[in-house]
Amino acid sequence: MDAILLQILNGLDKGSAYALIALGLTLIFGTLGVVNFAHGALFMIGAFCAVTVQRILNLSFETIDETKTDFLGNPAKVKTAYVESWFGPETGAAIIDWSVPLAILFAIPVMLFIGYVMERGLIKHFYKRPHADQILVTFGLAIVLQEVVKYFYGANPIPTGAPDVFKGSFDFGVMLGFDPNAIIYPYWRLVYFAFSALIIGGVFAFLQFTTFGMVVRAGMADRETVGLLGINIDRRFTIMFGVAAAVAGLAGVMYAPINSPNYHMGMDFLVLSFVVVVVGGMGSLPGAVLAGFLLGVLESFASMNEVKSIIPGIDQIIIYVVAIIILLTRPRGLMGRKGVMED
Amino acid sequence: MTKSDVTRRGVLKTGALAGAGVALPTIFTASSAAAYTNEPTGGTVTLGFNVPQTGPYADEGADELRAYELAVEHLNGGGDGGMMNTFSSKALQGNGILGKKVEFVTGDTQTKSDAARASAKSMIEKDGAVMITGGSSSGVAIAVQGLCQEAGVIFMAGLTHSNDTTGKDKKANGFRHFFNGYMSGAALAPVLKNLYGTDRNAYHLTADYTWGWTQEESIAAATEALGWNTVNKVRTPLAATDFSSYIAPVLNSGADVLVLNHYGGNMVNSLTNAVQFGLREKIVNGKQFEIVVPLYSRLMAKGAGENVKGIHGSTNWHWSLQDDASKAFVKSFGTKYGFPPSQAAHTVYCQTLLYADAAERAGTFNPCGIVEALEGYEFDGLGNGKTLYRAEDHQCFKDVLVVRGKENPTSEFDLLEVVEVTPASQVTYAPDHPMFAGGALGTCNSGA
Repeated sequence: MDAILLQILNGLDKGSAYALIALGLTLIFGTLGVVNFAHGALFMIGAFCAVTVQRILNLSFETIDETKTDFLGNPAKVKTAYVESWFGPETGAAIIDWSVPLAILFAIPVMLFIGYVMERGLIKHFYKRPHADQILVTFGLAIVLQEVVKYFYGANPIPTGAPDVFKGSFDFGVMLGFDPNAIIYPYWRLVYFAFSALIIGGVFAFLQFTTFGMVVRAGMADRETVGLLGINIDRRFTIMFGVAAAVAGLAGVMYAPINSPNYHMGMDFLVLSFVVVVVGGMGSLPGAVLAGFLLGVLESFASMNEVKSIIPGIDQIIIYVVAIIILLTRPRGLMGRKGVMED
Repeated sequence: MTKSDVTRRGVLKTGALAGAGVALPTIFTASSAAAYTNEPTGGTVTLGFNVPQTGPYADEGADELRAYELAVEHLNGGGDGGMMNTFSSKALQGNGILGKKVEFVTGDTQTKSDAARASAKSMIEKDGAVMITGGSSSGVAIAVQGLCQEAGVIFMAGLTHSNDTTGKDKKANGFRHFFNGYMSGAALAPVLKNLYGTDRNAYHLTADYTWGWTQEESIAAATEALGWNTVNKVRTPLAATDFSSYIAPVLNSGADVLVLNHYGGNMVNSLTNAVQFGLREKIVNGKQFEIVVPLYSRLMAKGAGENVKGIHGSTNWHWSLQDDASKAFVKSFGTKYGFPPSQAAHTVYCQTLLYADAAERAGTFNPCGIVEALEGYEFDGLGNGKTLYRAEDHQCFKDVLVVRGKENPTSEFDLLEVVEVTPASQVTYAPDHPMFAGGALGTCNSGA
């Protein structure tokens, strides 16, 4: 039982990342009708926003320490971060320690801007083109973004730590009445889960309870009619593209301490996120979130030794098996609208 | 009167087909008029450096390329000569190889076997490379080694740690300077015994491909010989990025040691996840839980950050070694590039020098002459002490390092510390050892 609960926790956590990326993908598909294969790259750029803020906060000046030598036997250079010099060692170190949460403030405007430029500069020219063209151009864009990041940051993963207070793990099982050590779970993964829930709730509230959101939802349902009412729906959809980019970016920022960011991490998530979107139902926001968590949990269960001993290799194909079953029995996905892909 | 069916269109079609038919068999036979594949006839000789320039091992590939360029510079008489000054063989004179200036072409393996074979094939057919070297994956190395055997050129393996490269997939035209999974196990076992005792329960997480399988087999055998019990061996997909669902079952498995048979990004993520789940703080069976990463590299350690502190593994070479050869290489590389070389850079630099030296000693670029010069060749002065290129399987036998993630690094390069230099005799095995059985070395192919 404790093993199953642990995998549920794990699955919800994995599902958080899937759901956030799939939510952004669905927002773009639902508003603009574009299949955005560059969405994984936006997640990756978000993670590199965290890396960038970490690097900015670690910007240092060098002094020579004659008592020590470097690897070539020359006098060693000692680095001191400017923030430590300005705010004192303790406060400076604390600021650096909180680089990932601070990166959220940096990532929001950056991702909104990148989303805006992407949509206005490239993707708008492909609205009336077939989905295949959209996939090709956005996939190409993803590769370009990947290579740009690799050029500036290298191919090696870059460790980006959570604040010290959230490092390590705690005995989650004891809270539920299990034996000590039965369910140990990392603090940061719980933070990630809570953060995802907050973002998902925020996006839904924004669409549900603001005038802007209501117009966007109306536009998703019938773009032409909303346009005839004199509302500039295109501009609102452009903003929604920026919001979707920001959601992917924030998912990336907070994911950075879970696995060291690397330039191809977006591609690692992209295919899975598309499966999530299709299983949830193309264009359905609740479907994307539901499918994200569902597939995350199923993937975690499939990784259990007990399951793998019955069906070897199931952990590698479970998501695709479930996708096939759902699409065979319910072609529009779990919560998709009928005929959305035929429009 | 005979009726002829010959038409202009028919002639053209037949001619085109015949032309294509004649052109088809040109693969690897274009140089059939020469004594061997790509026999250099001008004043230059071309080497093919096939490294991952994109994909997850691109940083390792970049470091390999730096080392290759340094080796070419030294072979052509430039720079400070690096390990040419310490190499026990004095055949190399700094005037290229056999008087021919060394040139090189590069290819991108993308860490994919098919892409690696395609780029190696292009370098052999289009660029006339006499030797292919590089790589950063055993799957790639084995694929390219097979291609070089068919093509009649020498393959000097780069980073490949699977037993199979010089085991069941060994080839007469292929040579490996890097160590392998068995040697990691043999080097690590005594250190693990001293550190953690003989009564341990180990849980293996293993990358699901040739390298992971043979390393898992090697480490499990070496630790079981100490008296350790293997609790479970779990294969993880190579494409996995989040290992939490594989780490979670370790918590209640009764294991008190986790062995991560992972490399590159896999290792960075699995180790990070294991530390996040608090495995290092756990007490199991009355013992402190331990994590072992059998194959370490500095670049990987950099990716994993502070998670590597205190964790043991093995490595082929490390820049902090204080022998004259290692110091000469670090000085040469560090002066040129501003940071110390990785083990990947070291092994490919050695491979280039060893190929060039073999050609000089053989007096020819003919692959069969090179094979003869390298088989059973003993040398020193390239780091790791005395080394033997064993004739039976073309595997180098030399000292293996056991390293530990440093607790208090003084710089971003100072991440690992050498805790043991395991002598070559301790990691040497019989050529017909079961882990290396099967396959055949065969005979050299010159492509003639």
